[in-house]
Amino acid sequence: MIIDPVPTESLKEKIAAYRAFLKNWLEPSNLARLRPKLEFQTGILAGFALLASVLLGVTNCSTQGTIQQRLDEDLQNSLEEVVSADLHDNDMLHDTLTIPSAGYNIGAAETTVYLAKKSGNVTAVCFKFTAPDGYSGAINMIMGIDRDGNILGVRVLSHKETPGLGDKIEVAKSNWILSFVGRSLDNLAPEKWAVKKDGGEFDQFAGATITPRKSVQATHRGLQLFKAHQAQLINP
Amino acid sequence: MFLSDTYRKIASDGIWNNNIVFGQNLALCPLLAVTGTATNGLGMGLATLVVIIASNGLISVTRHLIPSEIRIPVFVLLIAALVTLVDILMNAWAHELYKVLGLFIALIVTNCALLGRAEAFASKQPVKHALWDGLMMGLGFTLVLVALGAAREISATGTLFANASLLLGESFRFLEITVIPNYKGFLLMALPPGGFIMLAFLIVGKRLIDQKFQKFAQKKILTTVSTAAVAE
Repeated sequence: MIIDPVPTESLKEKIAAYRAFLKNWLEPSNLARLRPKLEFQTGILAGFALLASVLLGVTNCSTQGTIQQRLDEDLQNSLEEVVSADLHDNDMLHDTLTIPSAGYNIGAAETTVYLAKKSGNVTAVCFKFTAPDGYSGAINMIMGIDRDGNILGVRVLSHKETPGLGDKIEVAKSNWILSFVGRSLDNLAPEKWAVKKDGGEFDQFAGATITPRKSVQATHRGLQLFKAHQAQLINP
Repeated sequence: MFLSDTYRKIASDGIWNNNIVFGQNLALCPLLAVTGTATNGLGMGLATLVVIIASNGLISVTRHLIPSEIRIPVFVLLIAALVTLVDILMNAWAHELYKVLGLFIALIVTNCALLGRAEAFASKQPVKHALWDGLMMGLGFTLVLVALGAAREISATGTLFANASLLLGESFRFLEITVIPNYKGFLLMALPPGGFIMLAFLIVGKRLIDQKFQKFAQKKILTTVSTAAVAE
């Protein structure tokens, strides 16, 4: 399309006029005259609100994919922590089953189970669970179980326990959480799924009994959940 | 000095005289919540530093547009939007850092120091001064956070800058020091009451130093006056 030179000139003039108007309007003296006016105040508040919401909306939409990708990477890393790489050759993140877990008090009504498969056969499963009754809030954990029901590993994903006392459940702070490895419902009687103070098998920490107690109990419930769905999970 | 008097005054106010914590007694909530260790204090301080510079700049740029009747809602809106923006962008593009600092970013919204600086300084001053004020106030806040975190960490667990390599990268592992080996631990200092107690000690310390300086300055004036009198 060929643009007539005359309208271009007038367009330029228009832009120049708008710019001059905006420049004059933004002069501090002009703004000082406008500021006491009610309609100006309303407009400014609405304008800032609009600007902020547009900015946040655009940022949120444009970063949503990236953030989801980062969270997936985090989850992948925690899955690898409890299920070693030689146990599977599939993408656990996208090989999942969802089982009802409402009766097990592990934080959610439905639990997503990540399946570790080697040449098509399930070798281990992995799922997140929660001890909702930690000393100061929920303790979010993840565990891996092999197809026979032995624990491959348990890790704490996030918690709010007392720093210096309850945080020994983190693998970075102490080896305590490794004492679950190899345990199963078959090789440890139900009453032994407790801290030593309660007559069980697991150590408590000096000065903090509730945190390990609740972690042990939640892990026990998680194993029971696995047991209830074992047939379905290992032969999907 | 390479700085003009205005900038020097803003700097000394931000870092010492009118420090966010010592001078204005603001931002105590995030202060006490995160200063269990020096590393956490540093993380919170740096996050606040960035946001306070940005919010001061933004509010100073728009200061002629904002009528005084609606300034508080506009400031709150701007600060909240800014913090959320930093939160989202950091989560997406600096995820490792976000996992360590993420907790603190959300806490900055509740940091009344930002609103305080917007109201008391940025809304009345040119952009250059406002940015400089943000930098200095942020630095002063960071210093207090690190000092309080270090004092609490040493007295609670006997270490200093534990886990600093998680926040700053492996090359900063040298910061992680065990100050008192085989320390039995003093749990109270790691808990919130310890924060209050240690903060009180720090404020007392600051006042004592100020008094010393004042006496020193008075003495100087007295001696100059008396020597002047003798000379006459």
